Amino acid sequence: MARPSQANMVGRRTLLTAGAAAGLLPFTGPFIIKARGEEPIKIGVDNPLTGIYTALGKNEQAGMELARDQINAKGGILGRPIELVIEDSTSDKTDVAVQKARKLIQADKVNFLVGNVNSSSAIAIAQVAGELKTLHIVPGGHADAVTGANCHWTTFRICDTGAMQGAAMAKPLVEKMGKKFYYIAQDYAFGRALQAGLEKAAAKLGAVNVGTEFFPLGTTDYSAILIKARAANPDVIIDLAAGDDGINSIKQAVQFGLDKQVKIAGMQQELEVVEGLPPEARIGTWLFEWYWNQPNVPHVADFVAAIRKKTNKVPTARTWFGYAAIWTCALVANQEKTLDAIKLARGLEGMKLPPEVALMPGEVFYRKEDHQLVPAVFVGHLQAKGTIDPEDLFVVDQVIKGPEFMPPASETGCKLDYPA
Amino acid sequence: MSQVILFNLLNGLIVGAFYALMALGLSLILNLSGVINFAHGGFLALGAYFAYSLAPITGFWIALVIAPLGAAIIGVAVERVLIRRLYGRDPLYSLLMTFGLAFIFQDGLKFIWGAQSVPYQIPSWLASPLSMDLFFLTGYRIFMIAVVAIAVGGLFLILGYTRLGIRIRAGTLDLDTVSVLGVNVRVLRSLNFGLGIYLAGLAGVLAAGMLGLAPTIGDQLIMPSFVAIIVGGLGSLPGTLVGGLLIGVVSGITSVYFSEATEAVIYVMMALILMVRPHGLFGDEGRLQ
Amino acid sequence: MKKFQDWQGTIIVWALLLTMPFWIGHIGGYTTLGTRVVVLAVAAMSVNFLLGFTGVLSFGHAAYFGLGAYGAGLTIKYLAASSMAGLVAGVLLGTVGAMLIGLMIVRLRGVYFAMVTIAFGQIFYFVSFRWVNLTGGDDGLTGWTRMPLSLGPLSLDILHDETAFYYFVLACFGAAAAGMALLLRSPFGRTLLAIRENERRARFLGIPVDQHIWMSFVISAAFASLAGVVYAYLNNFVDPRAFRWDQSGDFVIMAVLGGMRSFWGPLIGAAIFVVLQDKLSSLTDYWMTPLGLFFVLAVVFFPRGVLGMLKRRRAT
Repeated sequence: MARPSQANMVGRRTLLTAGAAAGLLPFTGPFIIKARGEEPIKIGVDNPLTGIYTALGKNEQAGMELARDQINAKGGILGRPIELVIEDSTSDKTDVAVQKARKLIQADKVNFLVGNVNSSSAIAIAQVAGELKTLHIVPGGHADAVTGANCHWTTFRICDTGAMQGAAMAKPLVEKMGKKFYYIAQDYAFGRALQAGLEKAAAKLGAVNVGTEFFPLGTTDYSAILIKARAANPDVIIDLAAGDDGINSIKQAVQFGLDKQVKIAGMQQELEVVEGLPPEARIGTWLFEWYWNQPNVPHVADFVAAIRKKTNKVPTARTWFGYAAIWTCALVANQEKTLDAIKLARGLEGMKLPPEVALMPGEVFYRKEDHQLVPAVFVGHLQAKGTIDPEDLFVVDQVIKGPEFMPPASETGCKLDYPA
Repeated sequence: MSQVILFNLLNGLIVGAFYALMALGLSLILNLSGVINFAHGGFLALGAYFAYSLAPITGFWIALVIAPLGAAIIGVAVERVLIRRLYGRDPLYSLLMTFGLAFIFQDGLKFIWGAQSVPYQIPSWLASPLSMDLFFLTGYRIFMIAVVAIAVGGLFLILGYTRLGIRIRAGTLDLDTVSVLGVNVRVLRSLNFGLGIYLAGLAGVLAAGMLGLAPTIGDQLIMPSFVAIIVGGLGSLPGTLVGGLLIGVVSGITSVYFSEATEAVIYVMMALILMVRPHGLFGDEGRLQ
Repeated sequence: MKKFQDWQGTIIVWALLLTMPFWIGHIGGYTTLGTRVVVLAVAAMSVNFLLGFTGVLSFGHAAYFGLGAYGAGLTIKYLAASSMAGLVAGVLLGTVGAMLIGLMIVRLRGVYFAMVTIAFGQIFYFVSFRWVNLTGGDDGLTGWTRMPLSLGPLSLDILHDETAFYYFVLACFGAAAAGMALLLRSPFGRTLLAIRENERRARFLGIPVDQHIWMSFVISAAFASLAGVVYAYLNNFVDPRAFRWDQSGDFVIMAVLGGMRSFWGPLIGAAIFVVLQDKLSSLTDYWMTPLGLFFVLAVVFFPRGVLGMLKRRRAT
């Protein structure tokens, strides 16, 4: 059944996906039987599978696949099974991401679009989704503009913005680290948003910016930047680099012994990065958007076990982003009993994620004004070796719930462009 | 301020030495065989991953020597099967083939070692600065300079005093004559390719100590290495060495005064140098011009 | 008969291109994929004008491709909301850029010429990357789209109608292809071929070689900037990667893959490159291996490029 037909070679992987879902049939009770003959609902995934964001993209995908299997086991969307149509957006070629988004919507006729890890690509494909009136979920593209200046009525986002993280982290950082901040950040939407978000929030608490260095994505040598940073004599170097740049910059800062002279901290940190660091470089205070070791929160252990069974690794924030993205599509469509994009978008505004999807303390919901999810954040520090588990490399010091730090929607600059 | 400049001068030499190591390997292959090897970054990553897998068994030091050898052996195999088909043809075909090889390498590395960065550990006594002031002079970076110096010294000794080296140099100048004189050009090219890849593998192991080790580790390093070769001039290995050091120092100094241009400046420098000296600093009008 | 054979290839190419929207859906493609092939074919043919017919390798044609793209995008965003205005501005910007840069580098040859063209592409790349206020930096230039065409009473909605946009792009392609073909048949084109075959002899014959190479470079860059304009229109987006060396590398690969001594070779190369990448990456995460393998095997089995090989097989 997985043989590609000549008319539609695209279908191969989607058929495999459907095949995997069909494989669940014997175990899933009567619902799916009704759904069997139905045309599946397609969710287009436009996310990186090659290049520097491969690991992040794949983790998001693992979460999406788990969500898909769970949703199909519970009867799918409106009684129809769902399938993921997966395309490689590449990590840094936004034109490819745009091309794939058009392909998914126009040629594959997907009902929902999901992506992208890369902020710039997320902004660009949000424009396509808006133009083609397709509901679009951004699982892990962090640039503020996605739910800010470039927001669209079709686009909803799960991960945080720079302004949100800045507002959440400013207090813990100023209290623990001092008031003279030196920022090093990647020179693109996300890096600038993080830097601006923290500088703004920290200034209110009396912190000063003693220097900022923006560097291009993919910079390998940080010695010149770190020389400058130390010469500015800050209390703390705020390292806002994500991905491999984060690994390289932290690794080099620790080798230079800078962690012994000044403090090193940052905002968003990811388990994928921490696992790529040698143990001695697992230092500093950071923000995790989601963490797997939450002993007292219901359903988290089940989720961790399911992902472990699938991938042999614990879920990361990325896995959760993907999981929540696919569940969001199913929840809203089943709630509104429609696939009409405008009704879905209206239905998602203010919608709360149920605890088995939210997987974190507090109320987690999509804000009406800018379509941004309002989640909790986990502030804590890294540890060189896991105590209860080799992958337990982060110690949560504090969970801050969304309403406690969320900057007001009026500050985002978002004006939703619903059709008249 | 002057201290910052001094720091960047020294630091630029370190960074440049690393580029030089990679560029020397590229340069060896280009000079003798006329092959522009865009898969060099892939071989660099291969060496690094070999070391990553070997180090827990053999320890850091043996891995440092053996891993590049592993990359070189694979390099020679690739040369025998594929690269040799490029000899005597337009260098453009080497571009197409080595681009293809680079793609295959990246996928293969991802398949075997995964896409996520892995931590490569260096001995802890190397991973710390020698003094509080000159904090960027870590043991590892000094050690790296030493390795580069040994490798470059060794390379020049091989080229200057061994039969193989003299033949490589002669072949670079005039391969046909060398062939007529009874030298086995096939073997010569294979060994030369292997030597170039050994240097790439070595650069990879060294890079893994400073950078996150992911299949894409070589991607950002290849273009500056080409710039080093061109600035120095094709056909001149000392030129390549100088070119590498120069780009490190120039971008280091630029980062002090005009940090936005840190990356662009090496290309500006290359363009300016070529306008004044169309064959680079030490290049001759060899057959590759 | 010979006359027909001369035209045979051209007729087949045009028949396929003109009917593309009607058949591409039946073989698993979609119209924008065809548009992308045609856009990149313009770029690859422009590189090949210089490479295949003048014997000079530019590894930095993305510089002019990018100038065209940014010229068009910036014009529509800030100056005049018209696709034609953007097109004119983009091609003008790319061509003037090539004129100035060409003057500086025309004395260089071989790998040095290729590398210095990379240098200018990279310089533009970093400038556009860092000049955030104007270009949007790494995030790209957004907040604009191509505009429907209106010529007097006639109007063509190339913005919303993918098929109309395809024919707009095909018209640009046709203009570029016709322009290049005419130039190559002219005395100027013959002189370029003479330079390609033996530069020294051409020089002895009193041909102002540098001047001819400069003109060929500028003409080829003008077509590359045209490709950049329509590429920006295709995506309604431009980012600094339009300038980067790997983008230039893609153009060269397309030309070499298809066959750099044949006029339609780069088109074939672009079609293979774009369609293979698109199809393979839908099938597997490991699409780089089969694509890479294809490049390697092409070098081994099609020493003159795919089209060169097809022609030879027919001749024997």
